[in-house]
Amino acid sequence: MSATGTDRVIPDRLQSPFQRRLKSWETLLLAVAVAIFVLNSFASPYFLNAWNLSDATFNFTEKAMIAFAMALLVISGEIDLSVASIIALASTAMGAAVQIGAGAPALIAIGLVVGLACGAFNGVLVTIMGLPSIVVTIGTMSLFRGIAYIVLGDQAYGGYPPDFTWFGRGYVFWVISFELVLFFALALVFGVVLHKTNFGRSVYAIGNNPTGALFSGIRVTRVKFILFLLTGLMSGVAAVCLTGRLGSTRPSIAQGWELEVVTMVVLGGVSILGGSGSIPGVVIAAFVMGLVTFGLGLLNVPGIVMSIFIGLLLIGVIAAPRIWTRLRSRAAA
Amino acid sequence: MIARLLTSREALLTGAIALLLVLIASRFPAFVEPGNLASVFNDTAPLILLALGQMAVILTRCIDLSVAANLALTGMVVAMLNAAAPGVPIAVILVLAVALGALMGMVNGILVWKLDIPPIVVTLGTMTIFRGIIFVISGGDWVNSHEMSAAFKAFPRAEILGLPVLSWIALTVIAAFGLFMARAPLGRAFFAVGGNPHAAVYTGLNVGRAQFWAFTVSGALAGLTGYLWVSRYAVAYVDIAGGFELEVVAACVIGGISIAGGIGSVGGTVLGALFLGVIKNALPVVNVSPFWQLAISGTAILIAVAMNARASRRKGRVILKRAEAPA
Repeated sequence: MSATGTDRVIPDRLQSPFQRRLKSWETLLLAVAVAIFVLNSFASPYFLNAWNLSDATFNFTEKAMIAFAMALLVISGEIDLSVASIIALASTAMGAAVQIGAGAPALIAIGLVVGLACGAFNGVLVTIMGLPSIVVTIGTMSLFRGIAYIVLGDQAYGGYPPDFTWFGRGYVFWVISFELVLFFALALVFGVVLHKTNFGRSVYAIGNNPTGALFSGIRVTRVKFILFLLTGLMSGVAAVCLTGRLGSTRPSIAQGWELEVVTMVVLGGVSILGGSGSIPGVVIAAFVMGLVTFGLGLLNVPGIVMSIFIGLLLIGVIAAPRIWTRLRSRAAA
Repeated sequence: MIARLLTSREALLTGAIALLLVLIASRFPAFVEPGNLASVFNDTAPLILLALGQMAVILTRCIDLSVAANLALTGMVVAMLNAAAPGVPIAVILVLAVALGALMGMVNGILVWKLDIPPIVVTLGTMTIFRGIIFVISGGDWVNSHEMSAAFKAFPRAEILGLPVLSWIALTVIAAFGLFMARAPLGRAFFAVGGNPHAAVYTGLNVGRAQFWAFTVSGALAGLTGYLWVSRYAVAYVDIAGGFELEVVAACVIGGISIAGGIGSVGGTVLGALFLGVIKNALPVVNVSPFWQLAISGTAILIAVAMNARASRRKGRVILKRAEAPA
């Protein structure tokens, strides 16, 4: 045992022989992304086109915004399955506001506030009342979308003003959409918060050992509450972009997105058990998922068949290192 | 003893269901006629079947989100088989449905047991994979009523002693499950493994294997329900029972199954499912839009989980006895 202990670091990622071998999860993911990119450009003549590629980014930008916040939440050992329902509720609230003549700034404020409120609701139930986040958010997943259904039924809201829809459809420069810029900006912010601040370190500490973190003076419930708020807020941001892009709101908006967001986070190398993961990993995972979806789409593969790939990717990505470790230990024995 | 019985989840739920029925009956007496109550039970039977399987899984500290997709895939397979070969007897179809469902449950179970992948990740993945496979084998087409044989559709509706076969199957499974959970070594293992995995290992139980069998049981029941569902509604398509897995988990949580594992009962689960079933059937009767159902079941989950936590909260262990004394 080292008496000084100054050179000790808490690892961000759990190291397995497989991962160490390939340097890191992120390198492997990046290689996968490049491979998919190359394969796609051979498979379809329409792939290598600036506008097509730009369109493809819409497949993942909104989901990735939520995935950044979700990554922090999962690293801290919690999960939020209600994110897609928060989008539905925030979008419904914005749609209702349009009907009474709200302008773009008011709409955005409403979307973000509803997102925050939903996040706060989850946060109170999980941190203050001490309930398991998976059940709470399965409940609020029904509740939030249920409210959207009560308000809208089989109707739809539309008539969003153009300066609002710009946030989903607008381009900042040539083929660079506003959403893509926002995606990179948020990636930077979340990357800095997670990897370069005390707050980020405490997120890892909580995920690795909540009791230990508490005894080290970290305000565990406060940090977790803030993470739920952040996830709610990011769902609100995604709701603004998605609503603007679609230009209409139905209660079934963003149905099933919680699964894709969780897949993105896990694919990005975040341990579902908490304690490890990185934002660059999630960024690359977002690109991988976007490229796979886009490439298969160009090859006329229906969306539901793509979901098989997503499902296999999710299980395969977690299973592969475990099988590898198992084989290695068997070979060694 | 009596106080414990009165405050048990089963008593509370029975009271809540009775209260619901009295409230509805005060304005719509026809709702509580025995014939209608029997049809409410029949309508809730699929939920009860799936909730019992889910109970076994949750008791072992896992969760199975793939049950609805499993149900839909099995339903599509047997419906396509029936459309292609109407001569296949119902008994074969029943065995096939249970076997196919159990097989899908085993896939979940193996991934959880042998590869140690968190159950929520496994079943989120298999949920989308199963749904995708339905699309691949059916090409997105529906199997409609006229393509199914008369015997295929008649089975769950056939009446024995005034109750449809669907209800009898549910009653049989409830009874078998009650016996199984109380008396069979595997049934007790589900409780032991979920209550304290470390202690379970020291008593010679294999935690992963118990979880594997819990998933298999859940899958088999989902498969059985798949056939019953498709034949009862006389239609099979990709999205049948979409989102039903959440209703199943809701029934368990409302029935007092602790998501942390080890706590729960067959009676509670059945009552939890019936509670949701009564609400679902009562909404159109009391003239509330069915769009309210999602929000109501969400609220019910939240209330139930809050009550579960209160019931199972343990007081902290006193480490510093001297510090505790003056207070």
